[in-house]
Amino acid sequence: MAKRQKRFQVLADRPVNKDGFIKEWIEVGLVAMESPNDPKPGIRIEKGEVAELDGKQRQDFDLIDAFIADHYIDVSVAEEAMAIDSKEFARMLVHIDVPRSEIIRLSVGLTPAKILDVLKHMNVVELMMAMQKLRPRRTPSNQAHVTNLKDTPPLLAADAAEAAYRGFSELETTVGVGRYAPMNAISLLVGSQTGRPGVITQCAVEEALELTMGMRGLTAYAETVSVYGTEQVFIDGDDTPWSKAFLASAYASRGLKMRFTSGTGSEVQMGYAEGKSMLYLEIRCVMIAKGAGVQGLQNGSISVVGVPGAVPSGVRAMLAENVATVLVDLEVASGNDQTFTHSPIRNTARMLMQFLPGTDLIFSGYSSVPNYDNMFAGSTHDCDDYDDMLVLQRDLQVDASLRPVSEEDVIQIRNKGARALQVVFEELGLPAVTDEEVEAATYAHGSKEMPARDVPEDLRAIGQFMDRGGTGLDIVQALAKRGFPDVAEAVLEMLKQKVSGDYLHTSAIFDDDFKVLAAVNDPNDYQGPGTGYRLEGERWELLKDIPQAISPEDV
Amino acid sequence: MKISEELVREVILEVLQQMGATETAPGVRQEHAPPVQFRETGVAQSGTNRHEVVVAVTPSFGQTMTSTIIGIPHGDVLREVMAGIEEEGLQARLIKVNKTADVGFMAHEAAKLSGSGIGVGILSRGTTVIHQRDLAPLQNLELFSQSPLVELDTFRSIGRNAAKYAKGESPSPVPVRNDPMARPRYQGLAALLHNKEVQYVNPDQPSTAITVQL
Repeated sequence: MAKRQKRFQVLADRPVNKDGFIKEWIEVGLVAMESPNDPKPGIRIEKGEVAELDGKQRQDFDLIDAFIADHYIDVSVAEEAMAIDSKEFARMLVHIDVPRSEIIRLSVGLTPAKILDVLKHMNVVELMMAMQKLRPRRTPSNQAHVTNLKDTPPLLAADAAEAAYRGFSELETTVGVGRYAPMNAISLLVGSQTGRPGVITQCAVEEALELTMGMRGLTAYAETVSVYGTEQVFIDGDDTPWSKAFLASAYASRGLKMRFTSGTGSEVQMGYAEGKSMLYLEIRCVMIAKGAGVQGLQNGSISVVGVPGAVPSGVRAMLAENVATVLVDLEVASGNDQTFTHSPIRNTARMLMQFLPGTDLIFSGYSSVPNYDNMFAGSTHDCDDYDDMLVLQRDLQVDASLRPVSEEDVIQIRNKGARALQVVFEELGLPAVTDEEVEAATYAHGSKEMPARDVPEDLRAIGQFMDRGGTGLDIVQALAKRGFPDVAEAVLEMLKQKVSGDYLHTSAIFDDDFKVLAAVNDPNDYQGPGTGYRLEGERWELLKDIPQAISPEDV
Repeated sequence: MKISEELVREVILEVLQQMGATETAPGVRQEHAPPVQFRETGVAQSGTNRHEVVVAVTPSFGQTMTSTIIGIPHGDVLREVMAGIEEEGLQARLIKVNKTADVGFMAHEAAKLSGSGIGVGILSRGTTVIHQRDLAPLQNLELFSQSPLVELDTFRSIGRNAAKYAKGESPSPVPVRNDPMARPRYQGLAALLHNKEVQYVNPDQPSTAITVQL
């Protein structure tokens, strides 16, 4: 164009136009919820076994069909559930007089194509209503990311302490450099128990190492065990649904909470979606998780969010996959954990889909560090958005699990987290955390303000710690010996919880006294206005009291 | 399916602006880089030379695709990685992995064939892994997962570090870069590129030994 229209020039410079959008490419599966290649719903039971699943005969089953048929589908309700018209089933999901328990009874009789067909009838408001009713735990909660670009331990400990103190019930870290993993795990463990006893931590790395760290007591749960909706992507990862189920039972046998991870777009991102819609393939993942017996699933596209985010109805698909998860009675850690857009408007709109109804873990997780330090490649919201989140909770009277805090208290808790880690490092013979580092970590915005560490020396030392069989108990001893009895006690309690295993129940988190809050003792009883979780009473008084609000007495 | 040329150009220019130091990067602005001249020399063999690093690419690399997601020509990518290896006094040996386009497995395949036990895997869009024979396939020595952030000088450093690992040293890892906004900008495009990449994968075909004229 020779001459630009000025409004169009302004629009072209808006953040949303820095996002990449792509048109649907059906043949490879670059389509959110509706592909002509998605199968039609159907089931045939013969001799107590699934003989036909969504139009495919047993002899033609791929690995995933077979796993779903044998380990997900409950043949005792399949025919009854499949006979319900899809639109009718969709209405049951939002109908306040149909209790959650009735939906859960039937959902294990539905096939992947049937759940897809049900969800396709629902708009985003209806999907949110379904989420409000179907999430397993009555009390919503939240998870945070704690990472930094330098993998510097004192900052990880300080950030974990602050995040735990602010109200997240789970903290997740990962690494810039893979071999740092156990050191990051230790930093999170010490920091989290300083900030708020009972907050559980994980370190997302290669599966064997991650399991080892869990068994050694350096982490308390895992969630990045990935499953996929097509056979080829599974095989590319050297895995099958059975190998993942085996890994899941390895965690369970050691009393460690764990959930799988999947998400719309991963199959097409890896080039093997077989032309199926992203949501159809994701529903297969949900069923693999359920069939494997894990207590929950992290989804909502997660690290491939740019793919469904780039196609029409992609944000709706992400909510729909969260709903598919709770529909089959699994805990959902519902995404909102990866940068999704340049546009703050689009970013908030996407997040409200989980924030408004409440989920087991609304973010999975929220970046408790500045996004430049977020080694999951950034989350939708970060530490600079804390006050916006607190105000949103207050505006809408919604509980996203964050509480108002004072600067003094945060300084104190960050400092204690870093100092606790300092003595642990000294006792374990790891390279010293200097006083200068403790001071920097206490007051830092991010890792740019942290002194550099000798990375090869850190890696050598933590390698030796692992080689000599170091465990969480070494950390307890160090803390107890060096003047942090309260943190020592919390870390010890975390280790003891793996013996009782109560937090393996669906949607389990701990309160400050290590009492489990799960779908078993805090079941979601939402059935319309006046029921279910309500932000009220003492909790509402706490959350609405933001420090920047002016009180009548002050003016 | 079309990504408009305008979008691609705009994306490249934006990245170039952010990188700042683009004048030192020859040929970066080429949107249609020339194909790389490979010669195939049979099935790739296990090496015994302890002074080599094996570098693995995909069938599309330098052929149906000729530059990375930010437009670095594939010829420049290879030259930098190989120069980095040679700077450390080691030799680079190239293979084409036909059976997978999973960069972790590609790099592991390279490491298993490498006389030093160290291999590098590179996808057409620029995603790169440095791997070691004794690690599990999805572990790595160094991973450069965000292809829009892998620049020309990163490839030189990758070659250099791979060679250092091969010599038994413990180099400081190439500084990790992180751009939270790479995903919303590039991930859809990366999915498109990867779907093109896997169209040339043949699970039954062993890796091929190749040489290159740069």
